[in-house]
Order: sequence, then C-alpha cells, then structure tokens
Amino acid sequence: MMSTTAETTTPVTMATALNAALADALTADPGVLVFGEDVGILGGVFRVTDGLAERFGADRCFDTPLAESGIAGTAVGMAIGGLRPVIEMQFDAFAYPAFQQVVSHIAKMRNRTRGALAMSMVIRIPYAGGIGGVEHHSDSSEAYYAHTPGLKVVTPATVADAYLLLRAAIDSDDPVVFLEPKKLYFAKDQVDLAALRARYEAGAGATSTSDGSEGGGDPRAALEAGGATIARSGTDATLVAYGPSLPAVLAAAAAAEADGRSLEVIDARTIVPFDDAAVVASVRRTGRALVVSEESGFGSVAGEIAARIQERCFHSLRGPVLRVTGFDIPYPPPKLEQHFLPGVDRILDAVDDLQWED
Amino acid sequence: MSDDVRDRVRHGTDETAGSAGGAVGGPDETAAGAEQPTNRVRAAARSFGITPEDYMLPARHLIRIVGPDGRVCRSAGEDPEPGHDYPLPADEDLLAAYRRLVTGRRLNEQNSALVRQGRMAVYPSSYGQEACQVAASAHLEPQDWLFPTYRDAVAVISRGVPPEEAMTLFRGDWHSGYDPREYRVGIESTPLTTQLLHGVGLAHAARLRGEDTVVVALCGDGATSEGDFHEALNFAAVFHLPVVFFVQNNQYAISVPLERQTAAPSLAHKAVGYGMAGERVDGNDLVALLAVFERAVRLTREGSGPLLIEALTYRIEAHTNADDATRYRTDEEAEHWRTLDPVTRMRTYLSDRGLLTDDLQAEVQAAAEQAAAELREGMNAEQELDPQELFAHVFTVPTPQLVEQSAQLADELAREEA
Repeated sequence: MMSTTAETTTPVTMATALNAALADALTADPGVLVFGEDVGILGGVFRVTDGLAERFGADRCFDTPLAESGIAGTAVGMAIGGLRPVIEMQFDAFAYPAFQQVVSHIAKMRNRTRGALAMSMVIRIPYAGGIGGVEHHSDSSEAYYAHTPGLKVVTPATVADAYLLLRAAIDSDDPVVFLEPKKLYFAKDQVDLAALRARYEAGAGATSTSDGSEGGGDPRAALEAGGATIARSGTDATLVAYGPSLPAVLAAAAAAEADGRSLEVIDARTIVPFDDAAVVASVRRTGRALVVSEESGFGSVAGEIAARIQERCFHSLRGPVLRVTGFDIPYPPPKLEQHFLPGVDRILDAVDDLQWED
Repeated sequence: MSDDVRDRVRHGTDETAGSAGGAVGGPDETAAGAEQPTNRVRAAARSFGITPEDYMLPARHLIRIVGPDGRVCRSAGEDPEPGHDYPLPADEDLLAAYRRLVTGRRLNEQNSALVRQGRMAVYPSSYGQEACQVAASAHLEPQDWLFPTYRDAVAVISRGVPPEEAMTLFRGDWHSGYDPREYRVGIESTPLTTQLLHGVGLAHAARLRGEDTVVVALCGDGATSEGDFHEALNFAAVFHLPVVFFVQNNQYAISVPLERQTAAPSLAHKAVGYGMAGERVDGNDLVALLAVFERAVRLTREGSGPLLIEALTYRIEAHTNADDATRYRTDEEAEHWRTLDPVTRMRTYLSDRGLLTDDLQAEVQAAAEQAAAELREGMNAEQELDPQELFAHVFTVPTPQLVEQSAQLADELAREEA
C-alpha cells in the first residue's frame, strides 16, 4: 500500500509500527505515558508495548492493577495534571468497565469546563474479529464511541497509517479512541519507519494515496477534519470501509475487476471526524455506494455513513446505498466466525445489488 | 494471534496482578526511589510505635474532641489510643475555620432560598455537613487539589472558588462555572465516585512531575459501594500516592440507608483492605475534623501513602429540593441530629473558651451575610447565554460536522429574529 520511493523498505507488522509510534512519542514528548494491564514487562498481550518499559523506565510505561475504570479514571487526573496518557484497554469487550469514565468525563470534560480542561489522551483498544478469539475477545465497539460527542475515533488499516495516525492521536489535544484491528496486528507492509518518523515530525505524513485527496496526507489534519483516503481508484461504485474490513473490500474490488467492474475503495481512517467531503466526492463520481463494516448492522457506524451518503448524494445515486455488516447477533464462537464476518463473496453479492441495469 | 498468546490473554494478567509490587520491576524502581507501599505503612506504624494493623485500622472510638454540648469531651493529649493522638488545633486555625463554617451555613440557607425563588434549577444542600465541608481543604496548600462531588459546593467555596462560580452548575447556564486549574479544585462531579480516580491520577501526575501535591478527594457513603471507590483506593495504595480520601457518611444515599450499602464495621475499616490507614471522626465536630485532617495531610505529604477518613454526619435537608425525605426517614431522627449541629457546637465551644467575643461573632456573621448577598446578586442577574457556545468546547477545533450544525442553529435563530 505504500508507494516506494527511494527509501529502503522492509516488511514491518502493524504491531511493530504501533510500537515504534509509541516509542517515538515517548521520546518526543516527556509528558507521554503508556499504562494499562500487562503493558510493562510483558509488552502487552499483542506485544505492542514491547520493550517500552525497559527503554523508558517504569515511570513512563507501567502496569496498573487490573481495573479498566481505574486506568481510564486515573488518566483523566493525569491529563488534568498536564500529562498525555496513552492507555491500553486489553480487549474491546474488556473495556466496558471504563465506559462511564470515557463517556461522562473523558468525552465531556472540555465541554463541561468551557474549554479549561483538555483531555489530551489516547485510549488504545484492540478490536474486531478475525483472530479466532473466544468470547469477549472480538467486539466491534466503534459505534459506542463514535456516538459519544467529544471523542475522536480512529482506526488504521495499513501499517503506515498505524504509525502516522497513532502519532497524530497522541499529539492531539482531544481524546482519541484508537481502535487497532486485531487481525491486522501481524499483517506486514513494506515500510520505512525511520522515513515515516522523519516525515511526521517534519509536519507531514503523506501516505500512499495516489490521488492526493484532501486530509489523507497529513494525519494531524485527518484528526481535525476527517482524513479518508482512496485505497483503490475506480469509476463504477464507491465502497467505503475502514480498519479490519479493508482487506476483504480490496480483495472484492480486485475480483470485481475481472468481471469488468471498476470499484473505488475508500478507507475512512477517521470515523470521528468523518470525512464527508472525500466520500461525497467519490460517490458523486461513481453514482453507487456500498458501506462495509464488521459491526452488527443495527445502529452501526455503517448505517450512519450510508445515511450521510444518501442525504448528500441523492441526485447522483443510481441505486440504493447498501451495507454489508455483521449480523445482529452476539459475536459468534471462533468456529462460526467466518459466517459472521463480511467476506469477499458477501461483498460482491451486495455489489451485484447496486442496480446495474438502469 | 498465536495459540500461546491467546492462552496468556487473561492468565498472564492474573499472574502479573498477583506478583508483589505489580508495576514494572516494582514501585521501588520508580524515579521517586520509593519503597514498597507496604513498607511505607510499616514505617508510619513504626513512627507511632504501633503495629501496621493498629495504624491502618481506625481508632476503637470515634475521634471527637468537642461534644454536642460544645464542651471538650477529652482534653487534648489525654489518654489517646497510641498512634491516634489528636492535639488541639491552634486558636487562629479554629477561628479561621469557624468563619468559613458560618459562611458555609449561610450559603446553604441562601442557596435553598434561591431554589425556592426559581433562581436555581436544583440544589443538593450540605446543611448539617458544613464542618466536613470546611475541614476538607483547611490544611491544603495552594499547590494541592480538591476533588469534590455535587454536594460539596461549600467545600469548593471554602477552597476559594467564588460562590457564584461554584453554583453555576445548579443555576443551569453551564456544567461548571470555574476553571479547575485556577483554584486547584476539580469539577463538581455528579457521576458518583468517578472523581476519586481523577484525584488519584492527578496525584500520580504530580509525583511524576516532581511536584509536592496532596489531593483530598471527597465522596459520600453511597459512593463507597461503587466500583470506582475500590479502584481508586487500590490504585492509590499500590502506587502509594498522596491522596486523602474523605467520606462524608451522612447516613443516606438519597433514600437508601447505610445498612443497605455496607455490612462493614465502619467505612473507615475499608482502608485496611487496601493497605492504607483509615480513621473515623465525628463529622459535626469541626475541632476534631481539623485535627484529623492535619494529621492525614501531614502523613500523606511525608510519603506515608494514602489515607481514608470517614466523617459521621447527617444530611439535615432532603437529597435535593426535588426530594421528599419524609418518605424514608423520621422527623425525630432529623431533629436529633439538629441537636448535634456543627455550627452551634463550634460557637458554644469558642465562646466558652473566650475566643469568640460578641463583637467577633457579629463580624463573622456580617461576613457571611456579605457572601450571601453577593451570591444573591450574582444569581439574580440575568445571564446572557450564547447558543453558539454549545459548539465551542466539544473539540479543540470544531469538526466540519459541528461547523455545519452551528450554521444550522444560527440560521434558525436568525429566522426567529426576523
């Protein structure tokens, strides 16, 4: 996904890129702290914090008692105290004890104090499925956070974006829920992390977008105003996805090309703020739209995106705005997971339903 | 995700949590060069010549210096329990606290009147708890912090926040009327107990920044049943942070009595379970409260770790003006507690000692009236509210969606004007 220029690139996993982003942020800003359960000596259950405690010391990266509300609530106090906490919730479905702190304080503190107190913090949450996790290890919880005014919600789909968006999230003065697709942790891209760091710290973080769409270039701008990128250019329909769904959508677009359909794939990257402009521009070009996400569909982010497209692009649409999401069921057991997750065939079936006969 | 990682998913956490010290390499490796928290408690106990258990457990008797009749019920220093010795505060401290006590009582009365007049949306009165309210910040230095609840407006005002700013939340024009950093007072918190964790985090941040900061974090008896109470005390003890947790046990959580909250011998007994010291004090005895707070703030500032203070008091008025207390408690009970009133008690005590002359009492009362008048004036002034401010403090920079919605509201308002 990265355009390779003259850089030397090596295969890097998303977990490694996130680890590098944390390390570089800890280096760049003495106010940054990383804490949570097992983030210290173990390096996190997904190894995202590997080596940080050793390298930066126990004051900068430390384990806490096993108490998610405690982690989030103390982060509130640390933000008031002028630090920049980056907290880890070990798993999506184990983050719920912290929900009151997130909704009642982290999201609202700036508003309640008329701007006096910023909640400059990042809540990292490994999320979504595809790893064969047993119960409570695979929730798609983005809608809970996206529905809460005052929170920014970000999710990377590429290794480079994992680095750039996490750096920007940590530097943001707003609270960011940073959703890390578990199944992409160990996916590799050819990335030069040193070059990424240099570009980010020079104030730009251009990603591989070929079209140079607004917001996709600078991750800081993406967090201010939304930063969708065009992951694949096409002319016949727009497929909007983010984070864990992106690989399946790209695979579907590649398969559709064999059928003579040119599908454009948009990677939303920031759920809040949502990049309406980029999505609307694409749908107005293609005239068809399909939104894909892993979440259960009812009351989902996918439903919000579909509604926004319909409101803004009605006269450009040649068919209904469709969605492919998970079913409205509790997350299934590992051996049935493949029936729940939007796969290439289900996505292509939905593409077929975009009314091509007009 | 590999099988071995998946297997470690929860087991690893439990093993780590069960290991001594918990934090990376144990807290003794922190920059502060701190000992293990348990050693801090041992050292504090040693300094009193008592066992750690006797240090952590509350004294066998409620700490009280001045009885309901305004007389000293024990001379300071006479036969205290070892390690639970509370000398009399200095006269000037007593008088300064009494001034704030009288003002606090007057403001409680004034706020209830403002609610009756429709000038405030709601008021959770601390009438009867003013001694606790005043004592909470009495020993705090400028760099220290107070983390209050919605019933602690008098404590917030005692800490220096202007009364009108402390009451903005209840007037209803905004959620908070003061800048927490300016006064070092957290926002008046309505989600129960959540503010204790904010206090713990603030103390942790201050420690990491090398600042000498003590935090007093307030909550009520009902709040001790919430999960955040456990998480806050446990975090503070594990990281041995300079936090004094102050529970105003006013017997009721709206209508639910204490026996439905806990079967513990006392709320102060909860401290020992976290490895911290707990103490129980007569919450209507300002003299005892000042003494207990002086010791607690001093110990925690010296590095003995967090402490828990339970003050036994009573909410004379209903939960708020919207509540009917006659549905769940008897008039006799409330009348009994009126005889234990903290203001009358303190006035009698100070007068009997000759510290409070008639002239001084008149001056104290006049200052309280002045504060009430200023509050009245502020609350009666018509507020100019800007609906556009609704969009101003959501994010650092409004998102495109908020800009759009703000324009929509502006358009609606312009058409209303037309």
